[in-house]
Amino acid sequence: MTRLLRLYPQLLRTGFAEAVAYRAEFLIWMFSTNMPLVMLAIWAAAARSGPVSGYSQEGFAAYYLATLLVRLMTGAWVVWEMTMEIRQGTLALRLLRPIHPLLQWSADNLAAIPMRGVVAIPVAAILLYVARSELSHDWFSWLLLFPALLGAWLLYFLVQAIIGTFALRFESAASLFDAWLGFSNILSGYLVPLDLFPRAVRSVAVVLPFRFQLSFPVELMLGRWSRGEALELLVAQWAYVLLFLGLARVAWRSGLRHYAAYGG
Amino acid sequence: MIEVDRLRKWYRVHRRAPGLGAALRSLFHRAYEDVKAVEDVSFSISAGERVGFLGPNGAGKTTTLKVLSGLLYPTEGRVSVAGFLPQERARGFLAQITLVMGQKQQLLWDLPPSETFLLNRAIYDIPRKQYDATMAELTELLELGPLLGKPARQLSLGERMKCELAVALLHRPKVLFLDEPTIGLDVSMQATVRGFVRAYNERFGATVLLTSHYMEDVAALCPRVMVIDKGRLIYDGGLSDLVRRVRPDKRMLLRLSRPVERRDLEALGSVIEHRDAEAIVQVSQDALQPAVARALSSLPLTDLTVEDPPLEEVMRDLFAQGRAA
Repeated sequence: MTRLLRLYPQLLRTGFAEAVAYRAEFLIWMFSTNMPLVMLAIWAAAARSGPVSGYSQEGFAAYYLATLLVRLMTGAWVVWEMTMEIRQGTLALRLLRPIHPLLQWSADNLAAIPMRGVVAIPVAAILLYVARSELSHDWFSWLLLFPALLGAWLLYFLVQAIIGTFALRFESAASLFDAWLGFSNILSGYLVPLDLFPRAVRSVAVVLPFRFQLSFPVELMLGRWSRGEALELLVAQWAYVLLFLGLARVAWRSGLRHYAAYGG
Repeated sequence: MIEVDRLRKWYRVHRRAPGLGAALRSLFHRAYEDVKAVEDVSFSISAGERVGFLGPNGAGKTTTLKVLSGLLYPTEGRVSVAGFLPQERARGFLAQITLVMGQKQQLLWDLPPSETFLLNRAIYDIPRKQYDATMAELTELLELGPLLGKPARQLSLGERMKCELAVALLHRPKVLFLDEPTIGLDVSMQATVRGFVRAYNERFGATVLLTSHYMEDVAALCPRVMVIDKGRLIYDGGLSDLVRRVRPDKRMLLRLSRPVERRDLEALGSVIEHRDAEAIVQVSQDALQPAVARALSSLPLTDLTVEDPPLEEVMRDLFAQGRAA
């Protein structure tokens, strides 16, 4: 553990240096995360004549700007990195180092957060300006937001890592992740707030892990939960984090047994 | 230091014929085939040895190196490196080995090599004093000074390989697996890399297992060679013994003060090359002494050298014999 504490800051420094080296590509990629704005335009139009399921125009603005903010702050791309490195054979060099590759990738992904701030900070400023009244007034919700964002990021990262291990067996996992992303976009509240789902779908969506990747931190920002409920949801989110961490370790170990290290 | 006992590594690969029909059929029925990359290979290498690992493309060299470095699980057999089972990839094991692949790089592509050095310093937990000393030494031996601040992508192939070697050896590994470390390099850079590997081996007593298509690498670095073909070890021993066994003939390199007739040369042995005042004649080991005596007495010699056949030819003959058998 002490070794990790010594090592991780250097991993973050290197990850940041790489993010800066790819800054143009990185910014373009972030600007491509614009789906919440499209959905905002649609739902704001729908709510012009009156609230939809309790969401006014300001309510939708707050929801989708918060969604955009959470998505920007919890981005991960490890599944594509894994697939590329496995196909090109460069994973071999990573495996030769006495550090778990997932730790190294986690630092690469986390180190890009300051770069994401370039886009996220203006979004946060607009959110405050446009929909201040819709945001939570309880400092406790904002306090829980940090572990909730970290949990959301970890879930997103670990899901990608688990799916990425399929590339160790089949050389590609990107299409499998696309399938996951399809479900996730709907069931995490990315496209539509979970409140707007039919009751039956909603009752399923609230127990699946997808909501903890996005909807839960958004709901914290919007003050949808009492302190007790928010704490319970945070515990549930971190239970999923631990479960996915265990799954990622098992999937990684098992995938390595099938790894063929093709090329060169 | 390295023990390999009856190692087997098989890959399961999907096979299908070309064309749309075959592609559609493969949707419903996928045919697989086991490729026996390494088959029943055993050897042992002592600490500090430099061993060349030779074989044609696809013979199983790289697969064996990948098993030894813990990248691949053996299908069968037992492998031990520095007292560890490589496939367990224990931290203590990874800290003692390195694998340099001439066609793969661990340098961070868009950052200067100095960033990769700092990263590896943290990953291998190298004490600051040792890091500074090693860096100073590597910088001097490989003339890295001007390269450390340039992005890796802007370095030439040779410059990059020097940095790759330095990064790979920063943690002072005890076992070096070198897979085609000189591929694509010019002659002078090849010599630099060879000199560096030898110096590292002598200085730290490191064990070196090298694969290379450049026979000069093997001849200059490895007193012992192992030859693998179609996944099986077909020779393990001294390089000079291998040459004697496969090609027991010698070559006389003759330099003459004036041109001579071809038949004068043919009286010595079989003529491989004949140009004006230079010739190469091949003779069997038994006939070497009389042939030299005859050349000295009958030809206008200015110089005479006796050599083994080129290693490339020895290897070609060895693999041809293997295939014929």
